[in-house]
Amino acid sequence: MLNPFRGFGAVFYKETLHVRRDFATLFFSLIIPILQMLLLGYGIDTNIRQINTVVYNADGRRESRELLDRFKNSDTFHIYRYVTNDHDLNDAIISGNCRVGVKIPVDYSDRLLHQMGAQVLVLIDGSDSSVAGQAINVSTAIGLDESLRRALASSDSFFPVEMRPKILFNPDSRSPNFFLPGLTAVLLLNVTTFLTAFSIVREKERGTLEQLFVTPVRPMGLLLGKLLPYLFIGFFELLMIVTAMRFLFAVPIHGNVFLLAFLSLPYIFVSLSLGILISSKATSQAHAMQLAFLTILPSIFFSGYIFPRETMPKFFYVISYFVPATYFINITRGIILRGAGWIHLWLDALALFAMGTILLIVAARRFHDKVITA
Amino acid sequence: MPATETTAITAQHIVRRFGNFTAVDDVSFTVQKGEIFGFLGPNGSGKTTVIKMLTGLLPLSGGSASVQGIDVHADPEGVRENIGYMSQNFSLYGDLTVEENLTFYGRIYGLDPQRLRRRINEIVQLNGLAPYYKRLAAQLSGGWKQRLALGCAMLHEPKLIFLDEPTAGIDPVARRQLWDLLFDLSGHGITFFVTTHYMDEAERCSHVAYIYFGKVIADGTPDDLRELPEVNPSGTYRVEISAPHVTQALRVARTIPGIRSATIFGQSIHALIDDNLDLDHLRAQLLTHDIAVAEIRPLAPSLEDVFVELTFRHQAQQANQAAPEAPLA
Repeated sequence: MLNPFRGFGAVFYKETLHVRRDFATLFFSLIIPILQMLLLGYGIDTNIRQINTVVYNADGRRESRELLDRFKNSDTFHIYRYVTNDHDLNDAIISGNCRVGVKIPVDYSDRLLHQMGAQVLVLIDGSDSSVAGQAINVSTAIGLDESLRRALASSDSFFPVEMRPKILFNPDSRSPNFFLPGLTAVLLLNVTTFLTAFSIVREKERGTLEQLFVTPVRPMGLLLGKLLPYLFIGFFELLMIVTAMRFLFAVPIHGNVFLLAFLSLPYIFVSLSLGILISSKATSQAHAMQLAFLTILPSIFFSGYIFPRETMPKFFYVISYFVPATYFINITRGIILRGAGWIHLWLDALALFAMGTILLIVAARRFHDKVITA
Repeated sequence: MPATETTAITAQHIVRRFGNFTAVDDVSFTVQKGEIFGFLGPNGSGKTTVIKMLTGLLPLSGGSASVQGIDVHADPEGVRENIGYMSQNFSLYGDLTVEENLTFYGRIYGLDPQRLRRRINEIVQLNGLAPYYKRLAAQLSGGWKQRLALGCAMLHEPKLIFLDEPTAGIDPVARRQLWDLLFDLSGHGITFFVTTHYMDEAERCSHVAYIYFGKVIADGTPDDLRELPEVNPSGTYRVEISAPHVTQALRVARTIPGIRSATIFGQSIHALIDDNLDLDHLRAQLLTHDIAVAEIRPLAPSLEDVFVELTFRHQAQQANQAAPEAPLA
């Protein structure tokens, strides 16, 4: 007699009608993630190249020009201008025009010709850590390479050890390849957590929730009935995002695209459940909106989407295990970039499914405890 | 008062506390099948709390209640299967049509498609909703919304329907039509539990209870209540005095010995006077104050008189008992 899903079919029927009547909202929530993807996909390049560089070449002879050619030929530096004194060198960096300053001392060539060590000053703007890191690495490498070349030229030795790095999966280091699979997880929140976050609080505001509680509908029937239409919508959105990624940004999908679609379901489910929980907690639609926004930043920063999880302090590393996007980003990058299969990813899917179930049960319990007596 | 074949609701000493505030304090009443039971009381007196307790939404802090023979505490789900409920704001979905609202509620109650179609047809006939069948609920006027909400509450053919302030904010014609509909349905054996603010609606009920700050202070048919000794103290009777300037007349009337109480009702004064105050004498007394009385005639107390009288008595009792018990009015 006590079917815990009582009322599911009726609520599903009603929610589908709501979605169809409010087509404008649905359309925008579907199209906005695609627009964001276009903006971010075309606009963001995570590879650092062509750093504006200011040069003060106090020496000016052939050896110094050779060194500068090496800077120019590296893709990392772009010589933006030449100056003729220390003050202008500093000023170019302070003003923000240049990130890097190179000063070749007046005795650079002399010292090299006399087999003495020569020093080159490289000033680096530390206000952007990734730019600074890249500038240090590349300028050090140029110096080392130049030193070796000169040292070896005077003998008939050879390069004793040579590293041959090979980047797997994304050999060209194309930004979209790395960036978009992770972005998928964040963009999906727009049509999952955000849409369900309104679903219950809207009924609270209308007073229809009170009516539903006097019917035999059971909390789980109500919640699942509200969740399922959005599961289809979220799935449709995922297909749109993946299609745009594959054909607009030419990101190759190395794994099985059907597996990707299938494994997105637990992620969509957990995001929808989170929205439902938010909705059962919120007192107004504005409140629900604020709470839904709270879920976005952790999904961006603690999921490994932007900052690698391995470098996080222990505390945040542990937190990242509670962020659903962490698992889904592993799934998307795994399938799209590394060609991972079910055996590599089933645990992530299971974790997502478990989280979604727990969230939904918590939301249903809240109905018994709070909403009714409120 | 055990639940019998003929009782729809039995509440026995039900209590509901919120922290140390007692919202419903030892309330008992019985509603017979087929009655239109009017549940009256000021805002915040506990009307909605009682409805929530009887529909199994709020657990009882004490006492027991059964609805349609089902114990509210033991089987709240069973209670909800067997009742209809219409809330104050006609909980409809404005973006769904009349048909879709009815279909949704029908499916919630688990009606199979055939029965659902039959019931929707019956209700549309009964409530006159046919012309609006495909219209969005949001586009209906207040009266039609209310008819649709009532329709939604009775799809599953409940024998007992709770109506929480069904006529709040409805125009008088729609109000009258709703009551006609309620009488009609009541004739078919459906019991109604109605809360209202309107005294004229209370007069139409076959059974009335008045709740005042968590306590039921009146319970009976309107006629029984009008004849209560507390309302008609021995040695007094009620009259209606018609006079051209009622406010002035009231001021004077209150100074005349033998008039126990007096209140304005429209263009006349309702007064409770001593038996030994002769009507001709009263007329003469008023005339000495330049009040030319048009008419004085005996009057039965209205339900409003009853509730006012009982409330004063209840307050006096409370004050006589322990002072700290006084309600925060």
